[in-house]
Amino acid sequence: MGISPVLWQFLVKWLNSSALFPREASTIAPWMDALYFFLLGMTVTGVALVLAIVITFSLRYRKSVHPVATQIEGSTLLEATWTIIPLGIFLVTFVWGALLYFRIYNPPTNAMNIYIVGKQWMWKAEHPGGQHEINALHVPTGQPIQLTMISQDVFHSFSIPDFRIKREVIPGRYSTVWFEATTPGTYHIFCTQYCGTNHSVMIGEVTVLSPDDYKKWTEGSTSGMSLAQNGERLFASMGCNACHSGTAAARGPNLAGVYGSKLQLTSGQTVQVNEAYLRDAILNPSQHVTAGYSPIMPTYQGQISEDGLIDLVEYLKGLKTNYRVQQTQVTAESNSTEPAAEGGNQ
Amino acid sequence: MSATATTILNLPDQATATVPKKNYITAEHGLLSWLLTGDHKRIAMLYLVSITFFFFIGGAFAGLIRLELLTPQPDLVASDTYNKFFTMHGVIMVFLFLVPSVPATIGNFLIPIMLGTRDLAFPKINLLSWYLYTIAGAMVIASMVLGGVDTGWTFTTPLSTHYLNTHVITTGLAIFVAGFSSIFTGLNFIVTVHRMRCPGMTWFRMPLFVWSHYAASILMVLGTPVLAITLILVVLERVFGIGVFDPTKGGDPLLFQHLFWFYSHPAVYIMILPGMGVISEVVSTFSRKRVFGYTAVAFSSVAIALFGFFVWAHHMFIMGISNYSALVFSLLTMLVAVPSAIKIFNWAFTLQKGSITFETPMLYAFGFMGLFTIGGLTGVFLGSLGMDIHLTETYFIVAHFHFVMVGGMLMAFLAGVHFWWPKMTGRMYPESLSKLAAVVTFIGFNLTFLPQFILGYLGMPRRYHAYPPEYQVLNVLSTAGATVLGVGYLLPIIYLAWSLKYGPVAGNNPWQATGLEWQIQSPPLTENFTTIPIMDHEAYDYEWLEHQNQHGGTYIG
Repeated sequence: MGISPVLWQFLVKWLNSSALFPREASTIAPWMDALYFFLLGMTVTGVALVLAIVITFSLRYRKSVHPVATQIEGSTLLEATWTIIPLGIFLVTFVWGALLYFRIYNPPTNAMNIYIVGKQWMWKAEHPGGQHEINALHVPTGQPIQLTMISQDVFHSFSIPDFRIKREVIPGRYSTVWFEATTPGTYHIFCTQYCGTNHSVMIGEVTVLSPDDYKKWTEGSTSGMSLAQNGERLFASMGCNACHSGTAAARGPNLAGVYGSKLQLTSGQTVQVNEAYLRDAILNPSQHVTAGYSPIMPTYQGQISEDGLIDLVEYLKGLKTNYRVQQTQVTAESNSTEPAAEGGNQ
Repeated sequence: MSATATTILNLPDQATATVPKKNYITAEHGLLSWLLTGDHKRIAMLYLVSITFFFFIGGAFAGLIRLELLTPQPDLVASDTYNKFFTMHGVIMVFLFLVPSVPATIGNFLIPIMLGTRDLAFPKINLLSWYLYTIAGAMVIASMVLGGVDTGWTFTTPLSTHYLNTHVITTGLAIFVAGFSSIFTGLNFIVTVHRMRCPGMTWFRMPLFVWSHYAASILMVLGTPVLAITLILVVLERVFGIGVFDPTKGGDPLLFQHLFWFYSHPAVYIMILPGMGVISEVVSTFSRKRVFGYTAVAFSSVAIALFGFFVWAHHMFIMGISNYSALVFSLLTMLVAVPSAIKIFNWAFTLQKGSITFETPMLYAFGFMGLFTIGGLTGVFLGSLGMDIHLTETYFIVAHFHFVMVGGMLMAFLAGVHFWWPKMTGRMYPESLSKLAAVVTFIGFNLTFLPQFILGYLGMPRRYHAYPPEYQVLNVLSTAGATVLGVGYLLPIIYLAWSLKYGPVAGNNPWQATGLEWQIQSPPLTENFTTIPIMDHEAYDYEWLEHQNQHGGTYIG
């Protein structure tokens, strides 16, 4: 062969480093692939069947061997056959697909929650322990991970093909997806919803670590403040504690233990308090007034970032007692009254 | 007589044959006679020229996209430019080519003739529809020349309303205008089918081509206004910030998705149904047989049109719609796949005991059947909820809808253009060259889009300007295929143009087909029929045709 060895090596290397099938790196991946091969089988069989019919008839009834056509009106039996059999197969794929869908979009209760904020054009990951990552995500094997995601601007979509998971990341509402990684390694994160100029560089890498390595990673990359601690600080600095102090005379409802509870609103609705409700109640308080309180809370729309909201939500999720809320309030009051008192003395 | 054991093509003796002096093309002269015409055939020709023009512009963008994707690095153009390429490709191909392709050209030309009447119900509205199309086209070209638009053809909010500074308003309004063109065509067809059938032309004597256009027309008339409203809301949001889709003002960006897909899913059927009509005519003619299960094929068109309105949310399975509504939409999606399966098998069984020949239109029809089967079955992957999570927004989707739209619709369009070319122009195209083009198109198409299914399962997202290097081999294959495909599309335009002057004279009925359009002269007179025909036989009645031929061939008209 006249092909130059350099070119040959290039070709071999090029073909070897190319991919044909994604790796299976999560517990759901084998299930997804099983359905895929079933559907692939259906497609190959279907196409082969149509081809076989067309080719057989084309050969047997071509004009040179079958010069005069025999008119056939149709056949109810045959038509019923090719209505019912495809319908049956399609219904199987419907049920199978639905089971898989509910499995991927309903996280187990023991899942560890990580927040993902999408913005043009990066992914920010926020771990409960306060570790922040950009275009990267570290997770342990053998632990279900739930991602609670939100966009700061346009629609994005968070996809890890090797885990076979994906979910739209939408402005203004949390969306969730979960996975359990099985194999240590690094895998692509893609934004799959077109989001503007640098859509194709809104990519990242998820690093799957063994539980021990993950522990080392969390200790090595902590910022010193957990999300909840950040949230507590925000709660005080934005003055939330002035009304939500949990005392009998407070103007806002008591927030200790509110997460997970059922809440009666002035509109008559009963709501389950989850992350989405807490976020909405901060941004649009007038739409979410707890029964027995007046709609006096101002909106925080535009005054707090999605990251800040996540901190607050994380803080409120863990808030079981108002002791520290009242303590910070006392400290804040004494801080603000002290200088005035000093001035009065002179 | 040139009909032999391998072809039904029957051209008149070329030494004496001439194209009739008096026909719709020679009836009047001058540019104005075309621009002010009310003749459905001339309007069809105006449409044919316009959509071919836009097809090649859209195709050029496709070529540029594939060229950029030859290498993983973003090295040919800037990201913004690339984004404009795929947006222009999508907008032009969907709204300016696929939606009007078969109905506005072949449908416009043939529906009055197939129904035995002299024109559509509203000739002036028909002309207006072409003018609206032209205005829309000019607006798209204007937005392209002025700097382009990069929203993607789906106009996803809030990206399109708040984050892009390109010509979103011009393009949005262009599609709004094109929508009215489509509504008028649909309206015209519906009224014509209801009111203008010739004596004896009962609903179940209509060719299946007319049935499929009727179904598509219902979709055009009922679906397109929703798109118009949606785009106006996008424009209002951009200009006045009304906030319908803006979460910070209490709006809902998902509402846009619902409204957009409420049109854009049925639009898929607007595109494919008329193509299916072409396939019914072609398969019947070249196997010399009535279409197997005429009624089932006719009703499956209507079933597709009805079910087609209730599956839109399958574009939103991963967008946080409720899991239970996802269930309902997935189930309905599975149901809408069934009528398409019925059609494929009915066409395949039309061949049974026929007398089959393999002229160019038939080759395209075979191509359609193979590619549409793949396109349809891969749609079941995406309708299956769990599978959709992994496949949506990847190249799998891209491959799937190109199999349906290009492998299906474009193949059907080319089958139709070749089949009725002798009727429309009075001349035949070179047969072996056109067979070559059909085969080249088929091979090029598969080479372009089969690798994209694999890329999609690997997870390569659509609309990516740059991609990880391990995806390169498949992308190179795809680009190579696109080159072959490009040749396959250039060939017809060359030999069809050539045939206008040098093609053999076709005669009235070169394919020995049964439709009313084949019983009149080629090209037809302006008034189609000198006397309104009386339909005294079923559609696809080859015994009637033979009887006609043996008894001196008293052609209608």
